[in-house]
Amino acid sequence: MDQAGETEISRRGLLVGSAATAALTTISVADAQPGPAQPAPASMKVTMSVNGKRHSLEIDTRTTLLDALREHLELTGSKKGCDHGQCGACTVMVGGTRINSCLSLAVMHEGDEITTIEGLGTPDKLHPMQAAFVKHDGYQCGYCTPGQICSAVAVLGEIKAGVPSHAMADVTARPQATNDEMRERMSGNICRCGAYSNILEAMTEVAGASA
Amino acid sequence: MKPFTYERAKTPAEAAAAVARTPGAKFIAGGTNLLDLMKLEIETPTHLVDIQDLKLDRIEPTSGGGLRIGAFATNTATASDPRVRRDYGVLTRAIVAGASGQLRNKATTAGNLLQRTRCPYFYDPNMPCNKRKPGSGCSALGGYSRQLGIVGTSDACIATYPGDMAQAMRVLDASVETVDPQGQTRSIPIGDFHRLWGDTPHIETNLRRGELITGVTLPRPLGGQHFYQKVRDRASYAYALVSVAAVIQPDGSGRFAVGGIAPKPWRVAAADAAMPQGAKAAAAALLAGARPTEDNRFKVPLVERTLAAVMAEAKAA
Repeated sequence: MDQAGETEISRRGLLVGSAATAALTTISVADAQPGPAQPAPASMKVTMSVNGKRHSLEIDTRTTLLDALREHLELTGSKKGCDHGQCGACTVMVGGTRINSCLSLAVMHEGDEITTIEGLGTPDKLHPMQAAFVKHDGYQCGYCTPGQICSAVAVLGEIKAGVPSHAMADVTARPQATNDEMRERMSGNICRCGAYSNILEAMTEVAGASA
Repeated sequence: MKPFTYERAKTPAEAAAAVARTPGAKFIAGGTNLLDLMKLEIETPTHLVDIQDLKLDRIEPTSGGGLRIGAFATNTATASDPRVRRDYGVLTRAIVAGASGQLRNKATTAGNLLQRTRCPYFYDPNMPCNKRKPGSGCSALGGYSRQLGIVGTSDACIATYPGDMAQAMRVLDASVETVDPQGQTRSIPIGDFHRLWGDTPHIETNLRRGELITGVTLPRPLGGQHFYQKVRDRASYAYALVSVAAVIQPDGSGRFAVGGIAPKPWRVAAADAAMPQGAKAAAAALLAGARPTEDNRFKVPLVERTLAAVMAEAKAA
């Protein structure tokens, strides 16, 4: 065998080598406390109702509700913004209650009823909140909009149900759908385009109509 | 995320036993903090024991005239409960000052008590952190420490307990109830629940392996005026720089606990006793021995001013 060939390092080989070293370095620094060995990836069956339709899935336990909706049920309306519960783009309703679907495991939703943006209305028959967002221009790029609308619908429900908020001077009182109340309650939905004031107008219209 | 297996336990004792017998197992309730940390592989449980079927979501009166809040009651359910709003207003106010509506709908009593610190270096696996990797060092000391602790911290860790709910529970003298893998129950005063970091910042509470929180008991209502004043960088949906949970009686006596400054809800008996002398005396007693960094020295006067604002509001009412 050619001695020179054996020691010659190709550019590709060097890059692969550096990448491997970099990866190893990262792993050694990132390594958590030495703990028990992780098991092999496990999958489980889960059955849930999404927008009124029953679905049975066999999925990796690590799958979030958001990924189950988007990747397995192809309901891509709910968005993955930050994937850490900070932006609200993934907001869906579970049993009528809004949550961040990125911070919930799909296998924890056996038997649950999930409502996503696709379940609120259709292009031909918009939900009143969807129609109000269109009318008041409650978006620019639209990425956060499905989460904003799901959250907005749930917020009006929470106000109606009397759930207290930080905006209330007296927490024993019944909340009203005021501007301050809705702003405070929507703070878990971030809009990078800054459509907040129009979102608020849309919500105000729907709140007025349903009051 | 590292692979894990998953089960839904049927009883609290069964859940405790399941975690105790499986190395690396953890309980999961709302999951809003745990899953966040699992995605970053800061938490790497091998097995998750889901407590949603244990009927721990009830809020019910105790025989002693208090209120028992189940471990699995959501933050929204607790804050909305008419008895909590009427008799323990500081608790409702603290809960609604934290997180977002979506998170409060999922976060639970037990999970909130066990919420881990939001120190940026704990969240960054590329940086040394004694809490994440014991013995690796503390990046916050000498690093960016504006949001971190000023009292009760150690040379190994200056992180804070980040929650709001527990500050109110500390003021109310709540007790944390647990069951262990043998089915034995115990009640831990909330002041003894969280540990100071010392040399072992990775051990954050006095819970034993497999011990499951079943609920939190509030003693009889205290009366008085209830306050939760939170100072933060945004008007909503941000962690506290300083927060003051207080119950103040008409004669000016009272009690208060402060968040955002220590490894646990920070309450000092001498500080409570000094309240009638005013915010300056009470804050000084609370922060005796404080060791702020250059970045977070502003929290020392901020504690006094926030307390003064609460006391002024009490007087005005």
